[in-house]
Amino acid sequence: MEVLIAAAIGTLTACGIYLMLRARTFPVILGLSLLSYAVNLFLFISGRIRLDAAPIIGSGPYTDPLPQALVLTAIVISFGMTAVLVIMALGAYLTAGHDRIDTQIDTDDQP
Amino acid sequence: MSQVLILPVILPAVLAGAIILFAQGTLNAQRAISVLGTLALLALAITLAQTPTQGYFLGNWPAPFGIALVLDRLSALMLLLTASLALIVLIHSIATGWDTKGRHFHALYLFQLMGLNGAFLTGDAFNLFVFFEVLLIASYGLMVHGGGQARIRAGVQYVAFNLLGSTLFLFALATIYSTTGTLNMADLALKLPQIPAGDTSLIRTAAVLLMLVFAIKAALVPLQFWLPGTYANAPGPVAALFAVMTKVGAYALIRFGTLVFPADLPATGALIASLLYPAALATIAVGAFGTLATRSLPRQIAFAAIGSMGTLLLSVAAFTPLATAAALYYLIHSTLATAALFLIADLARTRRDGLTAALFMASAIAMAGMPPLSGFVGKLLILDALSGDWLGWSVILLASLLTMIGFARTGSELFWKAPAPEAATESKAAILLCLAALAALTIAAGPIGQALSQTAQALHHPAAYIAATQLGATP
Repeated sequence: MEVLIAAAIGTLTACGIYLMLRARTFPVILGLSLLSYAVNLFLFISGRIRLDAAPIIGSGPYTDPLPQALVLTAIVISFGMTAVLVIMALGAYLTAGHDRIDTQIDTDDQP
Repeated sequence: MSQVLILPVILPAVLAGAIILFAQGTLNAQRAISVLGTLALLALAITLAQTPTQGYFLGNWPAPFGIALVLDRLSALMLLLTASLALIVLIHSIATGWDTKGRHFHALYLFQLMGLNGAFLTGDAFNLFVFFEVLLIASYGLMVHGGGQARIRAGVQYVAFNLLGSTLFLFALATIYSTTGTLNMADLALKLPQIPAGDTSLIRTAAVLLMLVFAIKAALVPLQFWLPGTYANAPGPVAALFAVMTKVGAYALIRFGTLVFPADLPATGALIASLLYPAALATIAVGAFGTLATRSLPRQIAFAAIGSMGTLLLSVAAFTPLATAAALYYLIHSTLATAALFLIADLARTRRDGLTAALFMASAIAMAGMPPLSGFVGKLLILDALSGDWLGWSVILLASLLTMIGFARTGSELFWKAPAPEAATESKAAILLCLAALAALTIAAGPIGQALSQTAQALHHPAAYIAATQLGATP
């Protein structure tokens, strides 16, 4: 289980960083989404992996409820932020006619 | 427990909601709510500045289980600075009509203030992340206010950079939580010295990640690339308000560097100072050369702002009470000076008469650190606190010279060579207020310096801050 989750986080982060380094907006947004998935998983398991346990202190084993609350907040925020970025990227694409990420208004990079 | 402590966060949120719900069509109502709200925030900040260090527990949940807000001298200072700057910038944006060039300016403005105030008040690291996001999402809206191709493209870069920063922040927080089991800053200060030796490397990793996040906010080299494009393309008043946004990064660096990761913590030791020092030196250099090399005024001011962040963080990196007090004085000064310059740059687009030129010269002198304004006092305090550090001295002094040359050249090109458009509207009230604040800061340097050295002492001996969170108390 540990290996599976660690590998998932690692793969998501690696793909996210690779896509972040592209020079077009769309891959960068995808990369940021993948990174936020990776960090959500990372936050979720920061309370350790525990199977078949309720997040309530009582009789028997329990799991830490705080990371679950944190990850919910993080999911909502990253979702909202990605939506804002998509809208702004669309605006930039529609006004500029291309989605290069560098701010120079240059004409020589048009195909 | 005083309920006043939550008001700087709740009041702007409620007013911003009221603007969206009830004052959509009427500009005057929006302006009135916005101005009255900012005035109330200023009054609140003045009240809170006289309040002793205390905690506020949301929902009355005891720390570290619930979210705690903590007001100490530094938070109160930052609240006061934010409210004063917000009022000045608001006057300018109303007088110049910037608030009519797009929708929801006043609501976004108040949400921005809510995020800033919350970030300065919170005593919980995860809550700090949340308030960072609140102030960022409002700043995204403000940054592209008015629209335009260059502005939106710069805005996309700004958002992408900060989203990456937020991701790093969460990675750091999760690492800290999995090692210590708490995210309350005062609780971290108590628990970190007792972590097992095997977890030291995890804590060091988390500390560096956190510093990276704050360095992005503070525009520290090599993470400063977002700033010139953002500030130069943002509307003038918004760029002036953003002068306090970089200071959020500086605030967080000071807070975490003195409370959570102090120099005597075995796990991190001098790690943060040793990383911050060279980065700050490089930041000063980049700021100075950028000021010299750029031709457009807003971009030049943005580079000068980067340079001033370098000077500020060089003083922070010393982590002594004397240097921290100097850094705090310089922080107030550089916020106001940067804002004044951005407001003048906004004015100079449409009007370049003698008074505008004189105001530009006064602000540029303040920014470069020449007498008689507060930049000189601030740099003097920093040089005094860093005595013996010949490298820091020479970098700061050379950078001041380069900044001055850069501003002198741009100023003479702009005000002497270029044809002077004479727009009908003129509103220098906000700029005059800004410069008056700088003058007051200079004249009252003695008492302010004393108050700031007490603040710095409290930061380096955070017993009162930790006591204010009432750790271990039962509800």
